[in-house]
Amino acid sequence: MQHRAGARADRPISPLHAILIASPIPLFLGAVLSNWAYASTYQIQWTNFASWLVAGGLVFVGFAFVWAIVEVLTGRGQRRWLYVALVLATFICGLITALELAKDAWAAMPGALVLSIITLILSVAMNWAAYWSRGV
Amino acid sequence: MRHLQLPATIAAILLLSACGGEADPLEYGPTPQLPEPHRGLLPAMKIADPADWGDQRPAVPEGYTIAPIATDLKIPRQTLVLPNGDILVAEGKGGNAPTLTPKDLIAGYIKKQGTSSIEGGDRLTLLRDADGDGVYEGRSVFAENLNAPYGLALIGNRLFVANQDAIVRFDYAPGQIRANGDPVEVTRLPSEINHHWTKAMTAGPDGRYLYVGIGSNSNIGERGLSVEEDRAVVWQVDAATGLHRVFASGLRNPTALAIGPGGGQLWAVVNERDELGADLVPDYLTSVRQGAFYGWPYSYWGQHVDPRVRPENPEKVASAVPPDYSLGSHTAPLGLAFSSPAMGPQFAEGAFVGMHGSWNRGTPSGYKVVFVPFRGGRPEGQPIDFVTNFMGADGKTRGRPVGVSVDPRGALIVADDLSNTLWRVTPVAQRPPAVIPEAANQGR
Repeated sequence: MQHRAGARADRPISPLHAILIASPIPLFLGAVLSNWAYASTYQIQWTNFASWLVAGGLVFVGFAFVWAIVEVLTGRGQRRWLYVALVLATFICGLITALELAKDAWAAMPGALVLSIITLILSVAMNWAAYWSRGV
Repeated sequence: MRHLQLPATIAAILLLSACGGEADPLEYGPTPQLPEPHRGLLPAMKIADPADWGDQRPAVPEGYTIAPIATDLKIPRQTLVLPNGDILVAEGKGGNAPTLTPKDLIAGYIKKQGTSSIEGGDRLTLLRDADGDGVYEGRSVFAENLNAPYGLALIGNRLFVANQDAIVRFDYAPGQIRANGDPVEVTRLPSEINHHWTKAMTAGPDGRYLYVGIGSNSNIGERGLSVEEDRAVVWQVDAATGLHRVFASGLRNPTALAIGPGGGQLWAVVNERDELGADLVPDYLTSVRQGAFYGWPYSYWGQHVDPRVRPENPEKVASAVPPDYSLGSHTAPLGLAFSSPAMGPQFAEGAFVGMHGSWNRGTPSGYKVVFVPFRGGRPEGQPIDFVTNFMGADGKTRGRPVGVSVDPRGALIVADDLSNTLWRVTPVAQRPPAVIPEAANQGR
């Protein structure tokens, strides 16, 4: 990691941070596919998978949000408001998806499918913003 | 009530409280008003906040008195009054449903806060009041190493016990305080997963059949419909051979069975589905008609389709019959016993129902024993509170009623699986009658 003042915006993202924000993408993608599979087959195991995949995604996004807040508070992330907002939006949307999936059986549909797609899109956008705001 | 911090906080943050618009009093009787299904992002939850009884007692109507006749039991569920007046108590805790979702994990933890932490006894305790003074000074373990025993029935000299996985049989001689040995298995019962594990049981009027309630393996099919084979049904079991058939179906969780007054008709209390709103779906008392389908999982209260079940089954919905009498949504009736004239004129004709109490309701319901008056063999009129104050005015819950039994000498026995106590309610003025009237449906 580089610590030189004046190079904030151009500092490459830390590998750990990169893992935190990249990991939700396959998890939320898995949730979308699982929801889709449940919606088209009524096989309950798919909605169970979706629940865990979303929960897993939320763990990563949650830590990413903490990281982002710490960056802002320590003055290293002022120019990243879009990124922070997208992390927060991904987390909230993912949380609502998780609660939607906690409804029994078909009660989760179609809400969980729609919300998991939105969460996936937000998590991709979040990654874009993370790199874009650093000028990479 | 215990306000669970995390869910309460989340609910507050999201401003999505699911408990708005709750109507009280509850809808009782044959034609309850059924609102539209409603569920917020979080289900409405209010979990019992347990406390000790201390100086407090359950409240009973004027002219009646209540006393604990056994304490420190190990999760008492159902009771059976034997012909000589001894009381058998089934103690245990069953179920082995795996955690399949994050919800199972969280909801399981939350609901556990409202129950006793004592380990189930897996045994039958026998209580005896030899001198008839209302104090049960004799206590013995009649049988142990059972598997979550619940339903009890005596036919002649044979005592039948419904474990969570099988009906077993002991020989019983009047006055016996301990079983002669290990029981004989009569028949296996469906026990995979056992989301609803309680196997309610009663003997039929002619002593030939046993009726066994087998609850569903889910709230509303969220474990898949394949695990619901032979679930949410009442079996008719030949007591001699163990041969069985489905007697009625679509009963989500038939938690207590009894033969009605006049002999012949089988009645059940049934716990209906959750997470459709505060006033859906009413738990109920119903006569159980042979071959009838009562809706679960496809529909509730007759033909109100439950949108949570896929694939749908319109033919089953069309065949669903409504139950007889609403006991109020989420009250969780777990006990059913028909009364006898020895209980006093106001409570002579009807059924006592023990209500374990709600979790899925912002304003708790149940947590009491009610009396449903009968006329001409049918429930008629509003239920009357018979034992209350299990949930105190301070919001603390000191007991949760489960099984109820009528002692034909003039007493109601109430099992309480939170304080692990057996309560006995008796009319004050009345002396025990010299001649013991015949039991309504027990002790055959």
